[in-house]
Amino acid sequence: MSGLSVRLAQSEPIALDAELEVAAGELLGLVGPSGSGKTTVLRCIAGLHRPAGGQVRCGNAAWFDAAAGIDLPPQARSVGLVFQNYALFPHLSALENVATALGHLPREARAPRASALLERVHLAGLEGRRPAELSGGQQQRVAVARALAREPKVLLLDEPFSAVDQVTRRKLQRELAELRRGLSIPMILVTHDLEEAAMLADRLALLHHGRTVQTGTTEEVLTRPKNPLCAALVAARNIFEARILGHDAERQLTLLDWHGRQLEAVQAPQFAPGSEVAWTIPPSEVLLHRRVAPSRGIAENPVTGVIVDQLRLGSLTSVSIGIEGEEHPLIMDVPNHVAWRNGLEPGVEIGVSLLAKAIHIMPAEQTTLVGQRSQADRTS
Amino acid sequence: MDWGAFLLSLQLALATTVLLLPAALLAARGLARWRSPMRAVVEAMLTLPLVLPPTVLGYYLLVGFGRASPIGRAFEAAFGAPLAFSFEGLITASLIANIPFAVQPIQRAIEALPREITDAAWVSGLTRWAAFWRIELPLVAPGLMTAAVLTFAHTMGEFGVVLMVGGNIPGETRTAAIALYDEAQLPGGAPGTLAAALLALSFVAILLVQLLARRRA
Repeated sequence: MSGLSVRLAQSEPIALDAELEVAAGELLGLVGPSGSGKTTVLRCIAGLHRPAGGQVRCGNAAWFDAAAGIDLPPQARSVGLVFQNYALFPHLSALENVATALGHLPREARAPRASALLERVHLAGLEGRRPAELSGGQQQRVAVARALAREPKVLLLDEPFSAVDQVTRRKLQRELAELRRGLSIPMILVTHDLEEAAMLADRLALLHHGRTVQTGTTEEVLTRPKNPLCAALVAARNIFEARILGHDAERQLTLLDWHGRQLEAVQAPQFAPGSEVAWTIPPSEVLLHRRVAPSRGIAENPVTGVIVDQLRLGSLTSVSIGIEGEEHPLIMDVPNHVAWRNGLEPGVEIGVSLLAKAIHIMPAEQTTLVGQRSQADRTS
Repeated sequence: MDWGAFLLSLQLALATTVLLLPAALLAARGLARWRSPMRAVVEAMLTLPLVLPPTVLGYYLLVGFGRASPIGRAFEAAFGAPLAFSFEGLITASLIANIPFAVQPIQRAIEALPREITDAAWVSGLTRWAAFWRIELPLVAPGLMTAAVLTFAHTMGEFGVVLMVGGNIPGETRTAAIALYDEAQLPGGAPGTLAAALLALSFVAILLVQLLARRRA
């Protein structure tokens, strides 16, 4: 089994400038806002859309190579594709839907094999049902079984959980996580749900206007965005600007000047002292200085400010803190009981610590930063 | 009742339906996927027989089939008989008059078919032909049936075009609707049975179309 390597370039009808590498057995999450070209990338891989330029290679086989004039039809590519709305054949039973993709087997072997595949996705007993007689979750499982039927060399999943309710979604996500353990082919999961991507994917590729703007491990992409644009795409909430003061090689730290305050951050030696940078910190890594009994750790990047807004979201309270000299509020997530016990409410002045290991420095992109804030607001 | 005329109408309707449907399927499939400003023009031309007075259509066809026209001359040279005022001429005219009745239901059915269904068939390994035959065709079958029923029923009752192009030759171009008109004109004629037969046929046809539409929904 071998990996998938994709390079796509075109300007029409949808701009594409994408680069993806997926190893065998690896699940890559292809993430981006609606209209960023995620589905088009999948269609290019499956052979349903022909990009102007680029290559699609699976192992040693070239499926598409614009320069060499190679463009295999979808029938010859051996791709399993789960469509967003499943695209089941409405006039065929679940069994026949799966058997349709078993053309490589002798006729008499198809029905037993289709049965086995349906059993694998927990649909034993429903072979004779038509798609309209199945629930959304069951339809999705038929689509997965059909996609696996060809014994594909690549599995592509286009927002496979978007059309079902929350409870079914959790269940199907767990099933996919189990299913993929038995698969040693490259897999791509398209989603706009970052949480889902974080839960299921080994690596993430961020797509923006058809361009892959960051690729890396899930943890890296979510917590260490390459630039403010990537930060906005992963819905990072605390994005600020600062100036590099210098580097402390001994303590493995970089010192920042944030509106006159000195902050210690994870060492980022690639930025020269004096340069303007952007930085981000997850709201969960902003620690409240307890007002009743101060505890350890308050010496780490202490910052004081006034609460400007407070929003309860489930078990967490999201606290917006106005910082002197900073246009955007600093956001801190604390458990509800902590907010309550410390008497947090708008107007109260509090002290917090910004954990140095959680401060991630990025190149500043003044223009994209401003533009992306509004984009992030729109998509959230 | 003029059974000869009724039988001739049946033959004409059957021939028209059988000949027109495959062509209409091809045309509808092409139109449904054609992305061009010219599409509207072509669609308007194909819909024209629906709104044109049948006598107007019949007049142009008569001119087109006559000895003065290249089509008429070519037909006569090939088959040794004129196209106008012949059964073959009737079929040709009826094919043209029925284009909208055949193409539109099929085109609507194809347009209602999500592109992903065909994509899924291809990705599943079906050849284009197999995808068409096993997936697309069964799914547009109700549209095809509607087209067949409408074409058949419409041809059974066609009057104006037939009268212009075919005249009223018993056994050749005297169809049920023409015979009915004759009977009604003649003193002591008996148009009742023929009229009732055509009424019943049309009603059954519309009922079929309705049932098909419900099954599709």
